[in-house]
Amino acid sequence: MKLFPIRGGIHPDYRKELASEKAIVALPLPATLYIPLQMHIGAPAEVLVNEGDLVKKGQMIARSGGAVSVPQHAPTSGRIQAITQIVAPHPSGLAQTTIVIEADGKDEWAELPEPIADPFAADTFAINERVAASGIVGMGGAAFPSAVKLSLGTLKKLDTLLLNGAECEPYLTCDDRVMREYADEIIDGARIMAHALGAPKVVIAIEQNKPQAIDIMTKAAAAFAEIAVVGVPVQYPMGSERHLVQAITGRETPARKLTADIGVVVHNVATARAVHHAVRFGRPLVSRVVTVSGGAVREPNNIEAPIGARVADLIAFCGGFEAEPASLVNGGPMMGQPLPSLDAPVVKGMSGILALTAAEINQQPASACIRCGSCVTICPCGLVPVEMAAFIRKDNFEVAARLGVMDCVSCGSCSWVCPSHIPLVQYFNYAKGMINIQERERRKNDQTRILAEAHTQRVEKAAAEKAAALAAKKAQAAAAAAAKQKDETPA
Amino acid sequence: MSFLSTHQSGPFTHQVSSVQKTMFTVLLALMPATAFNLYLFGWPAILLFTVTIGSCVAAEAVCLMLAGQPTKAALSDYSAALSGWLLAMSLPPWAPWWIGVLGAVFAIGLAKHTFGGIGQNMFNPAMVARVALLVSFPVVMTAWVMPHPLFSAGAPGLADAIAITFGGQVPDSVSAASALGYVKTELSRGIPVTQSIAHVPDLMDMALGTRAGSLGETSAVLILAGGLFLMAKRIISWHTPVAVMGSLFLMGTLFHAIDPARYTDGLFHLMSGATFLGAFFICTDYVTSPVSKKGQLIFGAGCGMLTWTIRTYAGYPEGMAFAVLLMNSLTPIIDQYTRPRAFGRTLKGEPLPLEGKL
Ligand code: SF4
Ligand code: SF4
Repeated sequence: MKLFPIRGGIHPDYRKELASEKAIVALPLPATLYIPLQMHIGAPAEVLVNEGDLVKKGQMIARSGGAVSVPQHAPTSGRIQAITQIVAPHPSGLAQTTIVIEADGKDEWAELPEPIADPFAADTFAINERVAASGIVGMGGAAFPSAVKLSLGTLKKLDTLLLNGAECEPYLTCDDRVMREYADEIIDGARIMAHALGAPKVVIAIEQNKPQAIDIMTKAAAAFAEIAVVGVPVQYPMGSERHLVQAITGRETPARKLTADIGVVVHNVATARAVHHAVRFGRPLVSRVVTVSGGAVREPNNIEAPIGARVADLIAFCGGFEAEPASLVNGGPMMGQPLPSLDAPVVKGMSGILALTAAEINQQPASACIRCGSCVTICPCGLVPVEMAAFIRKDNFEVAARLGVMDCVSCGSCSWVCPSHIPLVQYFNYAKGMINIQERERRKNDQTRILAEAHTQRVEKAAAEKAAALAAKKAQAAAAAAAKQKDETPA
Repeated sequence: MSFLSTHQSGPFTHQVSSVQKTMFTVLLALMPATAFNLYLFGWPAILLFTVTIGSCVAAEAVCLMLAGQPTKAALSDYSAALSGWLLAMSLPPWAPWWIGVLGAVFAIGLAKHTFGGIGQNMFNPAMVARVALLVSFPVVMTAWVMPHPLFSAGAPGLADAIAITFGGQVPDSVSAASALGYVKTELSRGIPVTQSIAHVPDLMDMALGTRAGSLGETSAVLILAGGLFLMAKRIISWHTPVAVMGSLFLMGTLFHAIDPARYTDGLFHLMSGATFLGAFFICTDYVTSPVSKKGQLIFGAGCGMLTWTIRTYAGYPEGMAFAVLLMNSLTPIIDQYTRPRAFGRTLKGEPLPLEGKL
């Protein structure tokens, strides 16, 4: 298949060999599991259970909280120990409402929804409903509710479902392992998703540093003419949705549009596997494969962990720390978030837990920019990081916005490459936050102004009406008087 | 959980690179040409070279101290040493010591720190110093000598060298004109280029460096080797050097074709003066040149064309330094007009139109 070049990008030290040859192992069931109500983009789920309730594995314990939201399910059977505030795997370190389940050790399934007998005969709606009810979110890290993305086919004309198996982040190997070990499940899930989307073609893109995965997936897809497995160049951030679409189709998604607007919907490979489980077995998303790696971990591994297991449980399973980690990361080292605590639970979008040493991070104190231009050359979005950073440093968000800071995908390439070690992406995230706040303020002010104007208008209108009424009355009185006069005038 | 700092953000991996390493690599690339030329011009050149670099580093330290900035960390980035090195390479090798010291004051004090130090300066420090010296001391700054290789017959010993560099006693007999200067002077006396060119060193000598000139103007081959090394190390890209030399060569060739008696040819322009040093080491200066590749092409082409123009029409035989400074002043504008096209947007910054799909 002909591929198309993408702009810029970097070649970080991948270090995937730490975990890539470790087959997926299941985490021994922890005694306690912690299910935050929000582990996805959108509204938090709404609690359906009470303290003390007994639940079975796969039972819905919180329902979807809105149009963009997903329900949560019990990852094992047990008793609801508490519904309380617990630290969430979010860099803010803020606590979040969390359902705490005390496992009974039986790991007994609840009665699950019937499998959809022939998904290819089922309509889009039935499949989407099942995916929504199964609590599936994008498992590559974005954690966007998958059913919402799957319903795009009803709104736009699509030609391709692009399955993202690029896994361009260093260290992470969970998608690689899932593709090598569960290729058939992914292919089946992908076909179901393509059917739901009405997309005639499926392309599975895998970076060329995963030759076994490419091989196995190609074999698994051989029976289906509509599926193509493509090895894409190793170039970070190849796995970025828009860039992958460009590499595969040559089409460039216009700013502020979705890839669906140019006919392509992108889903992660692990998401496809979750869809397969939901549709074929009625099983909701209650576990995922997490790569635990980094120089500070004794035995890096790929672990199938129940959602809600604590990070500490996984680290312990990997033999604990070999060295004191300088950072604990949720996700990959390029775009991952710092983990606030070892007590944070595994969530649906968590692809990796990295315990990194200072040497691996190689963070140096920042010095002055020497205008080397490296950040300009490598920015995959065609931005000029050095210039944006200069304006953000002066708190000039307006110019930063004009220079395109809102188009920045926070891939971190510029920070990675900068010889002066300037935390560029931190600047951009800060600016994006500030611009969003200003935008909200502006909208609020606009709203206030509109309301105020409406109020003035109302007042003016009332006054005018009053005046008009008064005038009318006067006129009437005058007319009446005139009439009377007329009447009184002798003929 | 004391080791976890929640405010830290990604990326959690960084390239092993630093300003220090970059600057050091550039110094390394200059090493062969410098060593060869120091050998060619002997002890006086070695003394001047040492004085110039030493003064630049000292000036940097003083400026940092005056600005109340940490001195040690900043000094270790080698940027002052690099400026001093490039300045020394553009001086007449037997110039007196105070030229080096004054040059350091111009380069580091004036051109760099009045603008706010590393990364902030608009003009190339070494070139500011060279031009300031050339304008202030035209005689000293154009007193070229023929090579007197170390230990060769007639070469000054260390004692003679001290007299030359610190005592200002340059023996009259050794002075010589650089090729560019010679052709220019002859032309002004009405002798056409076609004749005078016969008296300048042949191109081979010019390439190897066995001719009169500053340290950086001679030995194009070793400078080229250093430049290629920098490209291989990805410190610089091909854009600037190719643009500089390409435009200079084209201008030279074109006008030589029009009037060979008036204009020297393209190859002569390439091989003479500071063309190679300028193309690979001066015009590629990060701080004072554009950040995008497109911008670097424009910047380089501008440097080349201005160099040719100044060499040909202005009062000075060598125009690289002036050309670089002129283009430096355009860098912000070039940067502004050569921003790359953002993903999903037109060059103007509007979102791409949604094409009539399939
Ligand atoms: S990479 Fe760093 S030093 Fe180089 S131009 Fe960008 S911000 Fe400046
Ligand atoms: S983080 Fe943003 S500005 Fe930096 S390279 Fe990535 S897209 Fe470009």
